Amino acid sequence: MAEITNQKERIQQLEAKAVELRKSTIEMIGKLGVGHIGGCLSICDVLSALYFDVMKIDPSNKDWQERDRFILSKGHGGPALYAALAHRGYFDIQLLDTLNRSNTNLPSHCDKILTPGVDMTAGSLAQGFSAAIGMALGAKIDKNPCRIFTLIGDGESQEGQIWEAAMLAGSQQLDNVIAFVDYNKMQIDGYTQEVNGLEPLDLKWKAFGWHVQVIDGHDIQQILDSIERADDEKGRPSMIILNTIKGKGAYFAEGLVGSHNMPVTEEMWKKAVAMLDEGEVI
Amino acid sequence: MALEQREVREVYTEALIEMAEKDERIVLVEADLMKAAKSLPFKEKFPERTIDVGIAEANMMGVASGLSAFGKIPFTHTFTPFATRRCLDQITISVAYAGLNVKMMGSDPGVAAELNGGTHMSFEDVGIMRSIPNMVIFEPVDSVQLKQAMPHIINHYGPVYIRMFRKKTEQIFDEKYTFNWCKAEQLKEGSDVVIMATGLMVKESLDAANQLKEEGISVKVLNIHTVKPLDKEAVIQAAKDTGAVVTAENHNIINGLGSAVAEVLTENYPVPMKRIGVKDHFGEVGKMDFLMNKYEMKAKHIIEAVKEVIGKKG
Repeated sequence: MAEITNQKERIQQLEAKAVELRKSTIEMIGKLGVGHIGGCLSICDVLSALYFDVMKIDPSNKDWQERDRFILSKGHGGPALYAALAHRGYFDIQLLDTLNRSNTNLPSHCDKILTPGVDMTAGSLAQGFSAAIGMALGAKIDKNPCRIFTLIGDGESQEGQIWEAAMLAGSQQLDNVIAFVDYNKMQIDGYTQEVNGLEPLDLKWKAFGWHVQVIDGHDIQQILDSIERADDEKGRPSMIILNTIKGKGAYFAEGLVGSHNMPVTEEMWKKAVAMLDEGEVI
Repeated sequence: MALEQREVREVYTEALIEMAEKDERIVLVEADLMKAAKSLPFKEKFPERTIDVGIAEANMMGVASGLSAFGKIPFTHTFTPFATRRCLDQITISVAYAGLNVKMMGSDPGVAAELNGGTHMSFEDVGIMRSIPNMVIFEPVDSVQLKQAMPHIINHYGPVYIRMFRKKTEQIFDEKYTFNWCKAEQLKEGSDVVIMATGLMVKESLDAANQLKEEGISVKVLNIHTVKPLDKEAVIQAAKDTGAVVTAENHNIINGLGSAVAEVLTENYPVPMKRIGVKDHFGEVGKMDFLMNKYEMKAKHIIEAVKEVIGKKG
């Protein structure tokens, strides 16, 4: 009984953390006035699960060689990752206000040189995913038990390099890789299925030799369970397809194709944060 | 006394194995050209440190960047056009912009592609790589130089592009040679003109200098093994010493050694200058001798250029 209560509390805490990440992301982009808000808000739940529960990391020892890695290959999700890193203690939350300001350490797209806790520079799509596979190979060479988590976009999956890396990871049986695709089904020019369809996405990954799960990417319980199953999978990498909603949690962005990179006024972000505070959305 | 001619690729693999025995960070990343590089002995020695990604050069660079981010020193390899233009964005972003430490071996530069022809014949690779911040571009002139350069390449943190002629070359250096990282080296003293050459054009330049000596023209020859960072001091000093410059490269005369030298001299010490190399056209199928004649890259063409720049001296 105590275990069930603990599990319930664990989920509630991670859900609350996801709300915090959404609020910080909306405020960060809102104060700047424009940003990739849609694809940031769709990944806050998985970031909450990873950074506040799953990953073996230590913000006070960020170069710890046996730490789990997280590579945000869809580098334009940077602001959401910065929110997670700040809340996890990698740097001061006040620093989030410097997003994209001159000489910032928090650029639109992730930069491993500038930002404490960022494991790989990304932004030119599919390249972070290849790097993640390279890190997994490095870990195998060293017999380092760390896990390599990586997250790609659905539009990003149109890049050929994703499939070059996917083929290699399957062929090399890299069971230390746990990847996610943020399947919010939208990209800049419209619905992914209309621009250049990915379906059947799960079968594609299976055909490349991956263990595949399809879950609700906004359900913390499902995220934790799927990572646990992926951990148990030996001899092949794992792909967890997150069915998500672009712009999730912001009344002005949720479910809108136009939320990929949009202007956000002070009125908009303050109202959205207030709604999250009052539990009106999510 | 020149050393026995060795295939540069064999010496490369030997040197890599030797270094890898001492440094467990070294990893070989290939894209289905291990046989072309004769790097299979590395795989036999270090199977766990050899990754053949198959025919996927963009992924090769991405994987190498990840290995570097994990603390490894990856050596990638493919032919020069695929080592550069095929995966330019991956080199630029995942390797250089990300501040990582990948050594990129490109084999068969320029006319060395011979019967593989225009698709495999890179005359633009140095120009491409020269445009990327922090890139080091090293073109060994023979196996002795490459072997001596290897520890320097490994000890230098940052991306290095190695432009390697795979097969046997004329041995320019012998066992008395000492390599200096990023420094131009004078192979011949002279006072009327300087030829600044790189790669297989060094031999042509030495031949040209020897022939010109018989005509009473005193030619200084510099080997610019590293086009970036260019040894500016040596370039300027040689221009001051001689007052006329010819560059010679197995590459487009746009964006390669000739351009790099012209940039430095124009800003610091302008003198009459002529660039020997491919004059802005694509490659084609052919033996090296045919190609070098057609593209006016032989010693006789260098001699004409030398006389032209000397004629322009004030």
